[in-house]
Amino acid sequence: MKQLKHLFILLVSLVSTTVIHAQGNKSDFGELMRSNGRIYVVIAVMLTILASLILYLVRLDRKISNLEKEN
Amino acid sequence: MRKSWWKILCVVLLIYTFVAGLLIKVPKLPALEQTSRNLFFHVGMWAVMMTLFTVSVVNAIRYLRTFDLKYDIYARQYSTMGIFFGILGYITGTIWMSYTWADPNNPLFDSFSAVAREPKLIGTAIALLIYFAYMILRDSINDMDKRARISAVYNIFAYAMIFPTIWIIPRLLPSLHPGQQGNPALDFKDVSPEMRMVEYPAFIGWTLLGVWITTLKIRLSILKERKLSQ
Repeated sequence: MKQLKHLFILLVSLVSTTVIHAQGNKSDFGELMRSNGRIYVVIAVMLTILASLILYLVRLDRKISNLEKEN
Repeated sequence: MRKSWWKILCVVLLIYTFVAGLLIKVPKLPALEQTSRNLFFHVGMWAVMMTLFTVSVVNAIRYLRTFDLKYDIYARQYSTMGIFFGILGYITGTIWMSYTWADPNNPLFDSFSAVAREPKLIGTAIALLIYFAYMILRDSINDMDKRARISAVYNIFAYAMIFPTIWIIPRLLPSLHPGQQGNPALDFKDVSPEMRMVEYPAFIGWTLLGVWITTLKIRLSILKERKLSQ
């Protein structure tokens, strides 16, 4: 489980650095985000909220599982 | 984490809903325009509510057949989450109608009298109030077996009341909701095929999310019961 967590953090940091790079270079990613009336920005925001809610649920699920094991 | 494949499915479907729901082309309808994308979000809440209420009544019947208190906890938590999603449907509907049904030339308060006559609003309000009464009835009885038995029977009555208040009467009366003739959310002729491609996954994803949260609540209350009985 701990390995998975490390992998996840690594993945997030990798993705975020590419995002920062892309914004600096004004490459494809920045163009994509500004196209189509900038709807992709809204999608990014919505996905962030969804992801954090799901992560919260997963953590809660794990905590309850641990409690069940203790009893 | 327990039995995680459907939880993963839930997350995947919801991500798909959020991305495709905003990106697909929707038919331009008068007044609705781009807001018809709310089909994946607002209508999804009602789909979850109905599913959770159905699961709740099934568990109430299972309790009455076996008198196992576990099913009483299931029935209770499923209807609580059903109420929660129903309220979410109400809130999102309020936002949606403020910019579609409400007359832009009048202040919002003046359009309220027209919108408040909407039979679906009244019907679902009655249905939700019946479920509120279920919660109050449950919590007012101290004896555990009595509480479980009475509320299981009441749950069946409450579910029976959904049929006229949500599914029958609003469809007989003139309404602002689209698709009054027939089955509005599930009729194949009503929604464009592109929107179908998102709608069904969206409904399944939201329902799985509702079930996921409910299972967490059920496991917590079973833990609590165990601690009380120790």
